[in-house]
Amino acid sequence: MNRPFQRRESIIFFAFALLLVVILPLASSIGWISPFTLNTWGKYLSYAILAIAVDLLWGYTGLLSLGQALFFSLGGYMMGMYLMLMIGKLGQYKSDLPDFLVFLGHSQLPAIWKPFYSFPFALLMVVLIPGILAFIFGYLAFRSRIKGVYFSILTQALTYGAALMFFRNDLNMGGNNGFTDFRFILGADIRSDGTKRTLFIVTAIVLLGVYAGCRWLTTTKFGLIQRAVRDSENRVLFSGYAAANYKLFVFVLCAIIASLGGSLFVTQVGIINPSEMTTQKSLEAVVWVAVGGRGTLIGPILGAIGVNSLQSWATRAMPDYWLLFLGAGFTLAVLFMPKGLVGLPLQLRNAFVKYKARSAADEDAAPIPSAAITIKPTPSPSSSPSAE
Amino acid sequence: MLLRNTFTCALLVLGLASLMRTSALAADGPAPSEATVRAAVVEALTKQESAEQVAAIRKIPADAGPIAAELLTLWKEGGIYLHEDDEGKITPVTLTGEKDADGKQAALLLLDKSPFKDAEGKPILIDPAEVSGAETDSNIRRAMKDLTDMAALSNPDLKIRLRAVSDVGLELNLEKLPALLERQKVETHKEVQKALEQSIALTQLKSPDDAERIKACTTLGNIGSIPSQDALKTLASEATKEGKKDVAAAATAALEKIASHVKVVNTAGTMFRGLSTGSILLVVAIGLAITFGLMGVINMAHGELLVVGAYTTYVVQCIFGAGLTLAPFSQSSLTFTIPGMHATGATFSVYFLVALPCSFLMAALVGIALERGIIRFLYKRPLESLLATWGVSIVMQQLLRLVFGPQNVALESPVWLSGSWVVNDIAFNWNRLFVIGFAIIIIVLTWAVLNKTPLGLLIRSVMQNRDMAACMGVRTERVNMLTFGFGSGLAGLAGAFISQIDNVGPYTGQNYIVDSFMTVVVGGVGNMIGTVISALGIGVVDQSLQQILGNPVLGKILVLGTIILFLQWRPQGIFVTRSRSLES
Repeated sequence: MNRPFQRRESIIFFAFALLLVVILPLASSIGWISPFTLNTWGKYLSYAILAIAVDLLWGYTGLLSLGQALFFSLGGYMMGMYLMLMIGKLGQYKSDLPDFLVFLGHSQLPAIWKPFYSFPFALLMVVLIPGILAFIFGYLAFRSRIKGVYFSILTQALTYGAALMFFRNDLNMGGNNGFTDFRFILGADIRSDGTKRTLFIVTAIVLLGVYAGCRWLTTTKFGLIQRAVRDSENRVLFSGYAAANYKLFVFVLCAIIASLGGSLFVTQVGIINPSEMTTQKSLEAVVWVAVGGRGTLIGPILGAIGVNSLQSWATRAMPDYWLLFLGAGFTLAVLFMPKGLVGLPLQLRNAFVKYKARSAADEDAAPIPSAAITIKPTPSPSSSPSAE
Repeated sequence: MLLRNTFTCALLVLGLASLMRTSALAADGPAPSEATVRAAVVEALTKQESAEQVAAIRKIPADAGPIAAELLTLWKEGGIYLHEDDEGKITPVTLTGEKDADGKQAALLLLDKSPFKDAEGKPILIDPAEVSGAETDSNIRRAMKDLTDMAALSNPDLKIRLRAVSDVGLELNLEKLPALLERQKVETHKEVQKALEQSIALTQLKSPDDAERIKACTTLGNIGSIPSQDALKTLASEATKEGKKDVAAAATAALEKIASHVKVVNTAGTMFRGLSTGSILLVVAIGLAITFGLMGVINMAHGELLVVGAYTTYVVQCIFGAGLTLAPFSQSSLTFTIPGMHATGATFSVYFLVALPCSFLMAALVGIALERGIIRFLYKRPLESLLATWGVSIVMQQLLRLVFGPQNVALESPVWLSGSWVVNDIAFNWNRLFVIGFAIIIIVLTWAVLNKTPLGLLIRSVMQNRDMAACMGVRTERVNMLTFGFGSGLAGLAGAFISQIDNVGPYTGQNYIVDSFMTVVVGGVGNMIGTVISALGIGVVDQSLQQILGNPVLGKILVLGTIILFLQWRPQGIFVTRSRSLES
């Protein structure tokens, strides 16, 4: 799994790339797939980018961050600022200013908004703002060796504080309602089918790029140390590696990946507000990873797309019970499927082999007590007891 | 039995004494009898001209007591009718309200409440439509108000009297000074005495005599009278204009004194609010301090256990009140009704005492089920216990929503929780005091369970060294279950408590989860005292920041930031549990 790309894998990768970048958009332009469906899938793909960020942190480095939704929405907000300015005079108040600023009584654009007329600047901010925030927070947290659940709780507090801030009107970020009603991106009508198709292709390319990049990173020596930190941080420390620096690098990288996902999300969904910034949303992303299979890169993508398409079907089919199933299903997945969907075949095969061996033993030995057959959840290697 | 009798006797004597005191108060001074007051009012009513009437009203003795106010109010509201006989003699009467066939009513003399009769002893019937009611104009009404204000100064009801005394002072009307001074001579109640002192000094600020004004300033400064600030400011500027330096200086000095008093009051108020906010945190976090702190389980469903307790309180309240009808899962076929006892008054108020143990038990049962069903598989995988319990929390939120509906449920908090206790201008709200008291009880209870019971001994032994405890024959699995149940029960208690001060809805628990984790982490995991100190500390810092910034949300954000920075300095919290193992 951790070897460089093999031929077979390359073929599969390029097949998927072809499917996402060429075939699906083509099918949509012919009319086989409705623009709405393509747009929804574009949303799933941007979620998949977020899921990879969560997995690279949690599955590969053992850091369960509940702040990925914060970075995701920060990216969204940065892109949203550009898109808000592109509305121009088409808003309700026919002003150059975004509607909510007029509503708040501003007569001219606040200084921090001005550079966002430039698309490259907005892109730069998508990378920089979450990156810097992650760097500061990560530096503080890893320096004082905060880890495990404490890290989760602190990132939860960070997200909570940021959401409280973004809910306020005087941050000039749209308060409760956030940004919406976008019109143009780079001069193109953001609501037209053609632009949506292009955005889907861009999202697919970014996802594939992120996948390939992470795939490469995890096969390097860096990736090896990353997993060593996950399995036994103290041994890494005692071997002379500065574990904190490795963790910091991964944390910042994942913040940027999540932020990229968020910026693509906003262009396709057309709204961003502080409710995207909650711990709940971070945990939902963790659910995708856990269901798909953590510690693999394909798992999070499968999980994000799978859970979300299930969700959009179920919220329509059974709105009252969907969350019951989500919660219960997730709990069961954590308990009984530590490797997620990706690890399920192997888990089943192991169970089958064990069962066969046992029944073979049964035939030539005395029957074993029934208590021994009770299924116990197999502990995952990623979190096997690490106390030494 | 004897003891109780003595006690009752003592109570009786006390009650009698206080009764006698009140009556003595009312009868203080040469209070005019009811008859004189009635005569004076009748006198005023029979005058023809408005000016004459005003003069007559002013003649009514100011310490006339409530009867004067009653009669004047009746007059103002048009309840008094003036009957004019053939000779032009005017008789003020009130109607009885019993109508005969023609719509005429029998009348009572205002003078002595006797039936209104003519010379032959035949009752005179009056048609309200035909006779004129006694009228008032603005001058008369002002005279009446002055009189009722003065009358209120000697009102036997403490609250009315206190209010009247303070109000008269704020009028800054020198004409009222004699009445106030008069009252000061006979007043015995301490609070009213204080208010009188303030009102007299305030009124004296208007005095033409400079020495008296300076003296008044000093008095106001000494008692730190907050309401007199405006009057003193006016006086200071006026006196500067007039060139009376000593008066202006006295007023400024008094203002400074008052300002420092205000500062003390504000600081004390902030501390008090901080303590009560901290107590809420403490109550909410104490359950978590056990499940997370002692057992190391990250229970994201802690907030929902809280809500279970709150809803249990709600159900208990409904049973004491009008009953409860539920249609879970929006299926009308599942509708069931819990009958209510329709209790009122004191019986209803005790529902909270019944609800407390119920909430504890209910949450403890849910907690035990959670531990047996899920958490016990995950003791070695804390991150996964976080995720699994998050799943549980979603399920519980939905279940509560489907059973009790998405809206917040209405809980009536007991009457005794409203109002406040004012000491030296610092208001101690009853519900905040209740919060603090409740927190103290919970802490003592938890401490006692952990340190004074066999269960506590087992809990501590298992948490300190599980393997050794197991070797000694402790059933560690069972202790785990009970510990988790105890922690969850405490969350349930916190829920019962939250229900009295906050809204209760399916998602209420989410508001508390971040705060409670923060509290436990800052306090130092596994340490009760740490949790107490961190909860109170966070509460006080939070309230102080709110006071300084004037904005609760900014304060909250700053608190979160402060916590993150604090953990830089002490990554393991205030109190560190020391051990030799590399990783705890």
